[in-house]
Amino acid sequence: MKILVAIKQVPARDSQLKISSSGLSVEDADLSYEINEPDAYALEAGLQLKEKHGGEVVALCLGPARAAQTIREALAKGADRAIHIEGDEIGFLDPLSAARILAAAARAEAPDLVLTGLQSDDFGYGQTGPILAELLGLPHATLIMEVEKTEGGIRVKRELEDGWFQHVEMPLPALLSIQSGISKLRYATLMGIKKAKTKEVKRLAPTDLGAASANSIQMDRVYLPERAKQTQLLGGSPKEAAALLVEKLKFEARVI
Amino acid sequence: MSILVVMEQRGGSWNRMSFETLAAAQQMAAELGTTASAAVLGQGVESLAAELAGRQLEKIYLVEHELLKEYTPDAYTSALRQLLAHAAPEYVLLPHTYQVRDFLPKLATSLNTVAVSDVVAHRVEAGALVLVRQLFQGKVNSDVRFTAAAPRFASLQAGAYRADRLMEGSAPLEKFAPQVAPGDVRTRPQERFRESARAVDLAAAELIVAVGRGIKEAENIAMVQELATVMGAELAASRPICDAGWLPMERQVGSSGQTVGPKLYMAIGISGAIQHLVGMKGSRTIVAVNKDPNAPIFEVADYGIVGDLFQIVPELIAAFKTAK
Repeated sequence: MKILVAIKQVPARDSQLKISSSGLSVEDADLSYEINEPDAYALEAGLQLKEKHGGEVVALCLGPARAAQTIREALAKGADRAIHIEGDEIGFLDPLSAARILAAAARAEAPDLVLTGLQSDDFGYGQTGPILAELLGLPHATLIMEVEKTEGGIRVKRELEDGWFQHVEMPLPALLSIQSGISKLRYATLMGIKKAKTKEVKRLAPTDLGAASANSIQMDRVYLPERAKQTQLLGGSPKEAAALLVEKLKFEARVI
Repeated sequence: MSILVVMEQRGGSWNRMSFETLAAAQQMAAELGTTASAAVLGQGVESLAAELAGRQLEKIYLVEHELLKEYTPDAYTSALRQLLAHAAPEYVLLPHTYQVRDFLPKLATSLNTVAVSDVVAHRVEAGALVLVRQLFQGKVNSDVRFTAAAPRFASLQAGAYRADRLMEGSAPLEKFAPQVAPGDVRTRPQERFRESARAVDLAAAELIVAVGRGIKEAENIAMVQELATVMGAELAASRPICDAGWLPMERQVGSSGQTVGPKLYMAIGISGAIQHLVGMKGSRTIVAVNKDPNAPIFEVADYGIVGDLFQIVPELIAAFKTAK
């Protein structure tokens, strides 16, 4: 099975974000980056399928030069090769514009299965998977917990809301958005890290793919949210804060 | 210019979030000087559609087909494309449910446009809708505007609008029969199932202490368990803790777990991703203990302590013991 996994590099989860002076983005000078966590689960699902059924895992990433680090990590974990669509100057892409570029690269690979994470931890539209499926003409399912190969295709377990699940069958090729947290993520081994250096990374420019398109939506402004509630922050030493909280809960909120 | 709401039902029961979206559509319609309509998709759901007859809507579209009985992204996309060509709304609003997340990006793409997903608020500026959505797990907001022609799609986050603001009125029902062929539908959904009965009913708890990623290691949960015991509270968790197997799934609060509304909800080391917030923001009093002062949990917290939970929790245990 040839499996293509879309991965994205995003600011680390515990980043302290500051709004940039343009008001259109966040300051990126001091940020550290990592693989988008939901994509790490998609990669893990792809690697497990390859271990079971053989084939190849190809990591596909659209991002600036710094994303090479995230791609190397994916190769070190076991991806066989990677495609890096390197665009430092691409500016804001809405989910469809970004997916068109990914789709152009994916089409050339003709994979049996395309895997994506559920959503990105940065912009969080949560749309890349189903958009790619539509652009590639593939059946799809999202929030996938398990993937099983069947006679004519795959059978997947999909999470619904409120503790419900459902199995869905579909032919291959297909696209799946993988639910986060479904398995334990592997670490790269020393051998894996060594091998990664010799694996192929194909570098493309978005313009090579001829997939430029106008955005359908525009981000006007980025800002810190106003608090819905006025939070009373309790300061002092941990001991003082704890004592003050108990007093407030008892005499002010009257909930204990 | 009009607004169409795609309501969500499964097996003849509403997804209640649909009514929040309907209320939002009425509000936006008033601000934009237009009208709102609703669409109900399924098979044998006329009685559900009829429930909307007492609302202030221009029209209720009843979209029925055998292949809409069980949800599939292919049949829903096909039927909705036909309905949109017929009804020609300017804006299409949907609740941001798991099902909508599954088909809306596909539907919008098939019409060469992009949906604004997970919207938390809106305003009208110079006759145009500006939508507010969250970035970076709720740490940052952004204003988004449509630059493409109608239909313009948006999905609304759970709890962003209030269903009790729905306006009464009367609405006529129009039946719309889409053409969907079995060959158009490539996925085959099976019966829905639940994995285990819930032994813990967090919804009934008066006091809840919940633990999140900030706890770092499975062994450290014991400390939070002790705090819960001292307070006489139930122990709960955010999703990553249950995914890791550190606490059973039945103790998970959030969109994929339980929805709770205790007198007191104490969030320890929980940053407050929206998936968690929707499950607990109805709590009467919320306390957050977190090292990051910008964590979204502080947006819903009444009391907050910013600092290292490994120093604060032992002091809380001591303080609650003294208070008894």
